[in-house]
Amino acid sequence: MLSIWLSFIYADDHADLSFQTGLRDILQDSNRKRQLKSGSTLPVSLTEMKSNIFTGKRPFSTSHSSVDSKEIKKFQLLAHKWWDEEGEYAALHSMNDIRVPFIRDTLLSMSSNYHLGNPLSGIKILDVGCGGGLLSEPLGRLGASVTGIDPVEDNIRTADRHKSFDPVLAKRIQYKSSSLEEIVEESMETFDVIVASEVVEHVADLEMFIKCCSQVLKPEGSLFITTINKTQLSYVLGIVVAEKIMGIVPEGTHEWEKFVPPEELERLLESNGFSVRSVKGMLYNPLSGSWSWVQSTSLNYALHAVKAAAPAQSHATDTLPETDAQQRSATAGTVPDSTV
Amino acid sequence: MAALRGQALLGPLGARLRAGPRAPLRSAASAPPLYDVVVSGGGMVGSAMAAVLGHDIHFHDKKIALLEAGPRKEYDHMPDSYSNRVSSISPGSATLLSSCGAWDHVCSLRLKPFRRMQVWDACSEAMIVFEKDDLDDMGYIVENDVIMSALTKQLDAVADRVEVFYRSKAVGYTWPLPSHDCDTSPWVQVELADGRRLQTKLLIGADGHNSMVRKEAEIKNIEHQYDQSAVVATLHLSELSDTASSLVWSTSHDHASELLAMDEESFVDSINSAFWSNINHSDFIDTAGAMFRSAISLLKPSGTAVRQLPPSVAKVDPESRAVFPLGLGHATEYVQHRVALIGDAAHRVHPLAGQGVNLGFGDIACLAHHLSAAAFNGSDLGSLKHLLKFETERQRHNVSLIAATDVLKRLYSTTLAPLVLLRTWGLQATNALPPVKEQIMAFASK
Repeated sequence: MLSIWLSFIYADDHADLSFQTGLRDILQDSNRKRQLKSGSTLPVSLTEMKSNIFTGKRPFSTSHSSVDSKEIKKFQLLAHKWWDEEGEYAALHSMNDIRVPFIRDTLLSMSSNYHLGNPLSGIKILDVGCGGGLLSEPLGRLGASVTGIDPVEDNIRTADRHKSFDPVLAKRIQYKSSSLEEIVEESMETFDVIVASEVVEHVADLEMFIKCCSQVLKPEGSLFITTINKTQLSYVLGIVVAEKIMGIVPEGTHEWEKFVPPEELERLLESNGFSVRSVKGMLYNPLSGSWSWVQSTSLNYALHAVKAAAPAQSHATDTLPETDAQQRSATAGTVPDSTV
Repeated sequence: MAALRGQALLGPLGARLRAGPRAPLRSAASAPPLYDVVVSGGGMVGSAMAAVLGHDIHFHDKKIALLEAGPRKEYDHMPDSYSNRVSSISPGSATLLSSCGAWDHVCSLRLKPFRRMQVWDACSEAMIVFEKDDLDDMGYIVENDVIMSALTKQLDAVADRVEVFYRSKAVGYTWPLPSHDCDTSPWVQVELADGRRLQTKLLIGADGHNSMVRKEAEIKNIEHQYDQSAVVATLHLSELSDTASSLVWSTSHDHASELLAMDEESFVDSINSAFWSNINHSDFIDTAGAMFRSAISLLKPSGTAVRQLPPSVAKVDPESRAVFPLGLGHATEYVQHRVALIGDAAHRVHPLAGQGVNLGFGDIACLAHHLSAAAFNGSDLGSLKHLLKFETERQRHNVSLIAATDVLKRLYSTTLAPLVLLRTWGLQATNALPPVKEQIMAFASK
């Protein structure tokens, strides 16, 4: 439920990181203050529907009031749920079965070194919005040095505690309670890879987010994003199935307005120095509890983009013509290949 | 609907998280050494599991431990006489052993491939022959010591990854709480007889049909003791002067004790009379059998293959006779959170089909495949998700074979006329149907 919490944190224009859990009516109140589509019901993706199944709700709203201790307690209850593989986060756990191989294989294909048993050895990864560390840990086990950031302190506490029992992971992963903007200054061009999984649909200023990613990423570094599309299908499935028929997800849990179509994401990336290498559709099957790659990106999708190489130096290098071509194609806004 | 379905899916998984002694919270400094996999039981199956994982490319930087209660056996050279404990190794098992480099050692020591299997019925003239048309071997008869020698060599080759603890009997296991409780250690704690402790992310129980891992994990076991014991011995046949044969004679407990006690000449006589005697034949059965045979040859003129007469035994190797009890067993679950059972710990069969150790090797191939994929995905090795896939695959394969072996055992244990007739006709019919026999051979070779 990382996505839920982050949505209201990043959405606050006043950069106030306070938040508040609430009951269904409180959420509805806050929703009325926002401008929503008529009908007042919001769609939800299958990810979050499955994640919501057992708690039934997790609504948040931004507020300028300080954090309520009662709400903190509820949050702590929920923070425990990260690592229950069959609990609220079951869908995010099973998403690892496709997103980890995607990241791993893409990085392996781009590098010539292979360390037996540790395919990602030597790679520095930033996991933005890491939550309880569900994605950071597998990447750490594959040999990467992972920095996980999340603005919610309890998530970081849970993540830290969970990794502490495994000495190998404890060394390879560092967690920090922070937003992306806050670490930009100290981490310029530090990371080989950024993963932002189920995060960008909750970011208020997507372009600013992408710019920050570009700043902390090394040249020719990779950015991996998984998120939800903004389509009639994601609207209809969320309303009809999750809210009206099943009544599992409370009204107002998600903001369809914040969902990001792949075309818009690609446009923003390309105009900020990234070259989009692949876009793949993902589909969640709530009966089997598993994810698969699909042709269509109308619901969930994953994207891989590469930051442009460093600007040309005074003497020519072998990669120079390639870099120029990349930058030219990025600004020209050519449509990248969609691999499935 | 998804909610209800979700609850239903949770049911069986939730039931596998059992209450039990709790793992205490320890600081990192005082924690016992943490292994990725601990294999409990250093027999053929346990050693092979450790060797296969140790040679797996995705386990290159992992730590594996093998716990064996007995001492390390040195196998510098094989004694001239054959051991009385042998196994029939299927081609599938041979493939598994070559994947960890052990098969080459077996071949360089000694083994006997076979291409033909013939089964006689004591109560009738019926018999069945299994033969492969192509030149591949049907299987191999290998002494257990030879397999252990090969596996020990291969374990030594990956000693940087696999630590073998000899004379280390596990006396207690402590199970972790369900994963979402973060205050106690999430690993399985293993306590050894000498007081040492280990922690592991995955415990593999390969500790035989009286598995302690299985009992401590409170996994229910369906058990049935056959009223039979197996007498094993090494024989020399009359026809060929330099060939030894292995004997496994399943019979009643009393008869087994008699066979063990009698002198060697009487023992040889008993074997020969068991093969050659017509005592249990009845005219009725013989006639019925002959009739059925003519019926078949009308339909299928090619009929049955060349009939080989039963062997006649010349002598038995001194000191080679031994007895062990027979039973059937099948664990209701092969896996739990952070636990997996393989080999006889999961299933125990009658030796009549020569399948026991092959089922164990099949378990290893399947589990190693899933663990390798999980390691390459960066998954937690003890996670039920991939362990359940192993369980489903293997139960599907094992249950049918165990059931079939049990049925055959019961069918062939009787001299009652109707059952003898049934099996006589059944055997003759099966013998005349190559497609059926090919299916049987294919299933048994895996």
